[in-house]
Amino acid sequence: MSRAAAHVTTEDPVFYLTDEHDHAEGGSTMFGFWIYLMSDCLIFAVLFATYGVLGGNYAAGPAPKDLFDLPLVAVNTSMLLFSSITYGFAMLAMAKGRVGSTQAWLALTGLFGAAFLCIELYEFAHMIHEGATPQRSAFLSSFFTLVGTHGLHVTIGLIWLVTLMVQVARYGLIQANMRRLMCLSMFWHFLDVIWIGVFTFVYLMGMLR
Amino acid sequence: MNRFFAIALLPLLALLSACNAVVMSPSGDVAVQQRDLIIISTVLMLVIIIPVMVLTVFFAWKYRQSNTDAPYDPEWDHSTQLELIIWAAPLLIIICLGAVTWMATHLLDPYRPLGRISPGKAISETVKPLQVEVVALDWKWLFIYPEYGIASVNEMAAPVDRPIAFRLTSSAVMNSFYIPALAGQIYTMPGMQTKLSAVINHPGEYEGFSANYSGAGFSGMRFAFHGLPDEGFEKWIADVKSKGTTLDRMTYLQLEQPSEKVPVQHYASVDPELFSAVLNRCVERGKMCMSEMDEIDAKGGLGMAGIYNTRSLEYDKYTRRGGAVFGPDPAFVVGICTTEEALQASMNIQTLPPLNTSPFVGAGLPRPSPTQLFGLQRRPSNS
Amino acid sequence: MFDNPELIKLVFGRLTLESFPLHEPILVVTFIVVALGGIAVVGALTYFRLWGYLWHEWFTTVDHKRIGIMYMILGIIMLLRGFADAIMIRLQQAMAFNGSEGYLNAHHFDQIFTAHGVIMIFFVAMPLVTGLMNFVVPLQIGARDVSFPFLNNFSFWMTAAGAALVMMSLFVGEFARTGWLAYPPLSGIGYSPDAGMDYYIWALQIAGIGTLLSGVNLLATIVKMRAPGMTMMKLPIFTWTALCTNVLIVAAFPVLTAVLALLTLDRYVGTNFFTNDFGGNPMMYVNLIWIWGHPEVYILILPAFGIFSEVTSTFASKRLFGYTSMVYATIVITILAYLVWLHHFFTMGSGASVNSFFGITTMIISIPTGAKIFNWLFTMYRGRIRFELPMMWTIAFMLTFVIGGMTGVLLAVPPADFVLHNSLFLVAHFHNVIIGGVLFGLFAGIYYWFPKAFGFRLDPFWGKMSFWFWVVGFYFAFMPLYILGLMGVTRRLRTFEDPSLQIWFIIAGFGAFLVAIGILSFLIQIFVSIRNREALRDLTGDPWDGRTLEWSTASPPPAYNFAFTPVIHDLDSWYDMKKRGYKRPEKGFRAIHMPSNTGTGIILAGISIVFGFAMIWYIWWLAAVTAIALVAVSIGHTFNYKRDFHISADEVVSSENARTELLAAGLKS
Repeated sequence: MSRAAAHVTTEDPVFYLTDEHDHAEGGSTMFGFWIYLMSDCLIFAVLFATYGVLGGNYAAGPAPKDLFDLPLVAVNTSMLLFSSITYGFAMLAMAKGRVGSTQAWLALTGLFGAAFLCIELYEFAHMIHEGATPQRSAFLSSFFTLVGTHGLHVTIGLIWLVTLMVQVARYGLIQANMRRLMCLSMFWHFLDVIWIGVFTFVYLMGMLR
Repeated sequence: MNRFFAIALLPLLALLSACNAVVMSPSGDVAVQQRDLIIISTVLMLVIIIPVMVLTVFFAWKYRQSNTDAPYDPEWDHSTQLELIIWAAPLLIIICLGAVTWMATHLLDPYRPLGRISPGKAISETVKPLQVEVVALDWKWLFIYPEYGIASVNEMAAPVDRPIAFRLTSSAVMNSFYIPALAGQIYTMPGMQTKLSAVINHPGEYEGFSANYSGAGFSGMRFAFHGLPDEGFEKWIADVKSKGTTLDRMTYLQLEQPSEKVPVQHYASVDPELFSAVLNRCVERGKMCMSEMDEIDAKGGLGMAGIYNTRSLEYDKYTRRGGAVFGPDPAFVVGICTTEEALQASMNIQTLPPLNTSPFVGAGLPRPSPTQLFGLQRRPSNS
Repeated sequence: MFDNPELIKLVFGRLTLESFPLHEPILVVTFIVVALGGIAVVGALTYFRLWGYLWHEWFTTVDHKRIGIMYMILGIIMLLRGFADAIMIRLQQAMAFNGSEGYLNAHHFDQIFTAHGVIMIFFVAMPLVTGLMNFVVPLQIGARDVSFPFLNNFSFWMTAAGAALVMMSLFVGEFARTGWLAYPPLSGIGYSPDAGMDYYIWALQIAGIGTLLSGVNLLATIVKMRAPGMTMMKLPIFTWTALCTNVLIVAAFPVLTAVLALLTLDRYVGTNFFTNDFGGNPMMYVNLIWIWGHPEVYILILPAFGIFSEVTSTFASKRLFGYTSMVYATIVITILAYLVWLHHFFTMGSGASVNSFFGITTMIISIPTGAKIFNWLFTMYRGRIRFELPMMWTIAFMLTFVIGGMTGVLLAVPPADFVLHNSLFLVAHFHNVIIGGVLFGLFAGIYYWFPKAFGFRLDPFWGKMSFWFWVVGFYFAFMPLYILGLMGVTRRLRTFEDPSLQIWFIIAGFGAFLVAIGILSFLIQIFVSIRNREALRDLTGDPWDGRTLEWSTASPPPAYNFAFTPVIHDLDSWYDMKKRGYKRPEKGFRAIHMPSNTGTGIILAGISIVFGFAMIWYIWWLAAVTAIALVAVSIGHTFNYKRDFHISADEVVSSENARTELLAAGLKS
């Protein structure tokens, strides 16, 4: 330990940073949230697999073609797709720093999301009213669980959206809020992608079966 | 460190002397082949395990800090040749073991009919395997011999050197059927059928049991397996036929109730459809068989008309002890049958007061009345 | 109002006075002991006015080092509970011969072996592994904390909440009687209507959230927060294994969450996923749970491999042999972990081709594992091995683990598995790898990093006592089980008929007794070490002549870990720094930006316990209230934007000066 690193010759390596700046807060938030989304994706993967295994077990009860109302589901799908587009506009507005228009687009996104949920709840209520309850067959159990879990995610997304709107209203488009909006954006588009899977795999293929 | 080694080897030595290790000295050809496979695999792996253990002890001793004579090379951390060897050596062993595994797994597939009685003894073409249908009940074993029309509980017999073809299922929860002296185990699962081929080569009394935990009475779920010479087996059959009672569906439903450490019981005659009914979970009259349900489902279900084609389990289904708190009461899918059959079935059903008198929650609609049910039943499938 | 049963049911759900096991003398005595102990602890904390200290410095901390230590404490406490279960199993099985029923009835025995498995895996091995990763990883990569410090605190408390629910089941109601993986239909509402199964579900679900979030957190930390110069191939090997472990956690635990959620729906709502009727398929559960369960095994063993690598290299005073192949071996194991799950149920009748596929993939895992063992061997080769406690555990591991590995490959041969599946041979095998691999590794890690965490070493005499009793006890406890397995004895049996088996169970029981002495020695060792801490003090911060960055800090490290972020040039960065004449900076300190403590984690976890309890006992109003409270507290937490503060330059200067003095004192002595 005779030779001190402080006596700098050109070959002496640097062993520590002396003029370091504070790390930007939340530098790994987007990455971390992305990992979380992938783990969430695996939950859906399990539910899809379950539906794949049990989706044909009607227990001598109704099958998809007896229950699904494809036009209604198509409308529902468009609600969610529109909400993704409006969220995209919200992000564009956010990038330009426009609080008002960000909020407006977020509100529109929320409305589309709520419409999606309402239509889904109507569909569920209708099926249960007709007696096609989750308990009737393994097919219905896996259907309600897969679609319902997606719906639950949308509900959480809506609560999150409202919270963020309040926070943007109170604190403006500060760094922390923008990061949160980006996370919710990933979450929202992720739900959209999952729904496309649900629509194709459950509804379209169900009607073809 | 040598102490470890001695301790590690101790059980292996003890093993050699332990004469009652049934897995290592079985009496059925399948189990014998499985035993051989254990020995072959172990020897193959010891080829690499023993040098590793020796080297570990040797290096630890040689390169100890106090031994300053040993070379010391603190920067040495790579050698391509060594790396090749340390990856290749296990790889070669695994290639050998993998080949053995592939062949043995196919050869000893429990679903495959036997190829031989014992080493060098082929199966004669005239011998038909002994059919045995096994039902794992809570917590006892039911053996049905369809050829002889008899059944027994917690006792099984088979003639020496005649192949046995088991078909197995379970009434309520999963178990595993295992006679170590005879052959490896196989799960028994409700609503599913598994198969096992085996043969016993030496006469004797062996032990069989469930090898998969199945609830409170699991420890007592043992049975005797008799390997008998041909005449002894004929005598056993005759004994069962002369002394036994009848096993019909009602008796089965009584038998199905959970019970522990049940003594041996013999049945001189059996409902020939019983095993199939147990397998398809339709021993109770009025319940739709799974095979039938699968066929209907393959054709796209029964449509909206089938929705109320269920019936609450108003009588205690014995083995079932609870229901979901927010779900409807335990129920079953009603079989599609004629009105007469249905009425008769409904009279045969023992009606005890329902277990759960709490109101119907969750589904949002009142439960259909029995008249509605029959109304639906009368309708053919695709209305 | 108490004569209205409907009202009582509304208020208390299915919780009644009968739910409290007042008629079980053993449990009542245990409860009294626990209660007295609890009162004593609470009293002492109050008397010494430690509550504020605990709350501000520990419970609400976001410091990864303290959270790591809390995980370790949780793991060790739960080890005592899990081991008590083990002793009871051994005692029962040694007694129940010749018509004797032993001292436990099925109701208790079945709960005990279920609890033993659940506790040992979820609440001993997992917290210990997570704790070590939490403590070590940021130090090894030159970071000041993890990526998400609040989440870290929350994760810990969720794990602790799960553990609390399991402990609660001891005195309120009962635990599951299904085996640790709770296969349906046995675990369905039809066959397990009691609260025990619901304790299992909610404890695992709540703890699972903690594990998953901690996995996300550490993964992001390792990927995003490495010190400058630390490329992936300069990552310390323990951090590499931690990275792979957290990849496994993130990719496996959602499956557990989902499958338990489906089982919950079956039990609460009456759906038909795993039921016998209405098209359900119980065997799907078996598949799904093992898709989580097999990676879980590697989640536990990979960090242990990392510890052994660090320890071997440090105590052989030599670079790790074959770092690159070690890294690739770890990655291969990570990937293959997902391709072997079916080997847990070859006997389901999947067909020869499927069985051989999964058998052979299982065997392939032994290739990278074998390569790792050779790498440790050649790390010792031409080294200067110091037989300190961590190294002793490592040698014991190498000799023990290969036996477990061998029996594991044996079990991967499907026809051999047909005769050994579910037997005591299997039990011996997985204890051989979990104790001989994971636990030995954790002990090596605890002895290795303890001086770093607390600033003094653990007493070597009691450490050696603990070591020898553990190792010898292990062989006595589990070698007889191998033999019993070959005698055709299956597991989870409560009573036996063949009297010739008894001697083996007695030997196994004796082994468990030796292990008990080993655990006791470990506890005595901690006590003795704390008492003699001045004599055992580590002044240098580098008691083992370490090679990685954590040894460049003080013992214990300051809250900010590194006054200046280190720059990395070589794999063994601290060894490199020492070799090339690194001089510790003694001036020019600046204020350091750090996350602030928060009580939200412990509050959320506390509410989760109540929520779980309400769901278990069908107290719906309480479940609704707590569910709303969970959402409300979480939202409330997001309105707190001030989550950080600066450690002032003066504070940094004073703690660094203190270190300078310590180092000087260390040089003098």
